[in-house]
Amino acid sequence: MSSRGSSGPGRVLVAVYAVLAIGASGRSVFQIVDRFREAPVAFTLSALAAVIYIVATLALALSMRRNGMNQQSWDRVAWVTIGFELVGVLVVGTLSVVSPGVLGLQSVDPFGRQATVWSLYGAGYLGIPLVLPILGLFWLDRRRRESAA
Amino acid sequence: MIDGFTIVLVAVATLVGLLCVVLGLVGRKPADVTILAVVLVEALVVAQVVIALVAPAVGNQPTGSLGLFWIYLGAAAVIPPAAIIWALADRSRWSTVVLGVGALAIAVMVFRMSEIWNVPLA
Repeated sequence: MSSRGSSGPGRVLVAVYAVLAIGASGRSVFQIVDRFREAPVAFTLSALAAVIYIVATLALALSMRRNGMNQQSWDRVAWVTIGFELVGVLVVGTLSVVSPGVLGLQSVDPFGRQATVWSLYGAGYLGIPLVLPILGLFWLDRRRRESAA
Repeated sequence: MIDGFTIVLVAVATLVGLLCVVLGLVGRKPADVTILAVVLVEALVVAQVVIALVAPAVGNQPTGSLGLFWIYLGAAAVIPPAAIIWALADRSRWSTVVLGVGALAIAVMVFRMSEIWNVPLA
C-alpha cells in the first residue's frame, strides 16, 4: 500500500461518489419530470438523495485539497452528508421493504418505474449506496486519526 | 440498440475496467495502455450514440422510455473523458483505479440502457 497517507484511496472514493451523483440526479430528474404524481414522497426522497450525493462529492474533493480554503468546514460537511446517506439508505431501504405504502410505492422492485436510489438498500445500484457511506465514514475517521497523530 | 454491439460494448468496458483497477491497485500510474483503453471505451460509446440516433429511423424502435435512455447515454458519454482528464491531471496510481471505475460504470450503464430500450411488452 501507498505510504503517502490516505488521500490516495480517498480520490477513488470521490470518483465513485461522482458517478453515483450523476446516476441519482439523472434518475430523479426523469422521475419528477415524467411521473411525479405516481409516488411524490419516494421521488422527493430520490431528489434529496441526489443533492446529498452531489454535496458529499464536492465536500470530499474540497476537503482533500492541500492548502485548500476552508478545508475543515468541508470535512465537517463531508461527515454530515455521508452520515445522512447512511441513515437515509437504512431508513428508506427498510421502509421500502417493510411498508412500501408509506413511501407511496406499490412495489419493492429496485428496478421498477417507482424505484428510488435507496429502495431495497440501493440494490438497483449494485448495493453501492449502502457500501459507499460505510467506506466513506471509515475513510474520514482514518484521515482524522492520521492528522491528529 | 443492436444486441451484438451492446454485448461487445459491455464486455470491452468490463475488461478495460478490471484491467485498470488491477493495474492501479498494483501501483501502476496512468500510462498509454490504460488511457488508450478508456479512449476505446469512449469510442464505442460514441458509436452507440450514432446507433441510437439512427436506429428508430430505420425501424429499430425502443419499447421502453427513449428519454430515460438518453439520460443514461448522455451521462455515459461524459464519464470516460472526465476520467481521462482526471488521469492526466493527477498522475498517481489512484488515477488508474479511477479510469477503471469509469469504465465499469459504463458497463453497468450500458447494460441498464439495453433493459430500458428493450422493455418486454406484456
